[in-house]
Amino acid sequence: MIPVTVIDYKAGNLTSVVKALRYLDAEVTVTDRPEDVRAASRVILPGVGHFAATRRLDETGITPALREAIARGVPFLGICVGMQWLLTGSREAPEQPGLGHFQGWCERFPEGSEKVPHVGWDHIMTRTSSPTRLFAGVEQNEFVYYSHSYYVPTSSCRNGTGQVVAADTDYITPFAAALEHENVMGVQFHPEKSSATGLRILRNFLEFGC
Amino acid sequence: MLTKRIIACLDVRNGRVVKGVQFVDLVDAGDPAELARRHAAAGADEIVLLDITATHEGRGTLLDTVRRTARELFIPFTVGGGIRSADEAAAVFDAGADKVSVNSAAIADPTLIDAIGRSFGAQAVIVAIDARRAQESADPVGDAEVFVSGGRTRTGRQVIEWAREAEARGAGEILLTSMDADGTRAGFDCELTARVSEAVEIPVIASGGAGTADHFAQVFQAGKAHAALAASIFHFGIADVRALKQELALRGVPVRLPC
Repeated sequence: MIPVTVIDYKAGNLTSVVKALRYLDAEVTVTDRPEDVRAASRVILPGVGHFAATRRLDETGITPALREAIARGVPFLGICVGMQWLLTGSREAPEQPGLGHFQGWCERFPEGSEKVPHVGWDHIMTRTSSPTRLFAGVEQNEFVYYSHSYYVPTSSCRNGTGQVVAADTDYITPFAAALEHENVMGVQFHPEKSSATGLRILRNFLEFGC
Repeated sequence: MLTKRIIACLDVRNGRVVKGVQFVDLVDAGDPAELARRHAAAGADEIVLLDITATHEGRGTLLDTVRRTARELFIPFTVGGGIRSADEAAAVFDAGADKVSVNSAAIADPTLIDAIGRSFGAQAVIVAIDARRAQESADPVGDAEVFVSGGRTRTGRQVIEWAREAEARGAGEILLTSMDADGTRAGFDCELTARVSEAVEIPVIASGGAGTADHFAQVFQAGKAHAALAASIFHFGIADVRALKQELALRGVPVRLPC
């Protein structure tokens, strides 16, 4: 059983993520305490809802604990808002800083041409130029389930160098479906709701570094 | 490209899936967990479980049914029927639902939409609207009326106006059921669906009247629906979801295939 720590910051429900991880035989700890994050060997930051909810990560002391864990090389996966939080910030709550691990701002889809939020099953195009661990065994153009109004631009980068986008989706504008740089990963879609493709991606994360 | 969703709906009473015509004449159609699994394996993009249990004692059964159904389901799962408060919604989420659908209780107290959205995110709230065309009106579609309590009670509220209010309060999607078409298998009410879809920015799920692949193609194209829901046509093997999607792909509708 692979241990994984799931962070509870009272933003939406965690049941689906935890259920999918247990189905994959992970040993799941759900916590809102920084000491558990410091002891974690693998961390998932889920997230449905509003970017402002990430303020609780600062208030509870989880943010510095996560920063330390990431620096130690602990595999980290952010889902939806959990991925957006890796950036500088989001237009959804500009006063609330993100972790700033990656540089860039989350933007809102412009209204008019298509429905916002972007809800449903859409293609992911993995970047073949730099094969990622997260998408090992995932074919081009497989489908994943999305539910979001804000997106991470494809220009997001790490320390001003090298792009970190691992997969793209095009809805109104091309955006980052996933980020991956060393031990830090994020997915904009919901792997726990994305059928066999999503379970494969979660399994890849659980096996990362094993 | 974002695909059009095919949603399999399970109407559940006392822990069993049932199906009727125009909300009456219910017949047993099986175990919800088993049917949900089967639909997911056949390519359904989402599952909606609507509890039509009338009695209060049935509520405990519902949470157990939700838990059992969610256990091995890895596609979006919506639960509706009789959710009257944010606390009841929380219990359903806790049991494994990803979204809840609210109907009569939201009409009685529209702030329920705000309350659930605040705690669980707008994407988690579907406002279900049971609509009937206003036959006596000069504009039967534009003046279509909202009905509640399983379609038994008229509210005097306009469907389009209510859909707009639901959106403003933070609903993530509208589930629009045409009571005129429901159970007839004669096709969706495309005109009504298009009017509602044009009136709101959030996605609209069409429901009521599915009988053939052409009906789905029509509601996605002329009806401007983003998703369509059907129950009975799948239960009795008239079509499975994969066969339906293959038919839709041939008609130029973007669908999740292979699935």
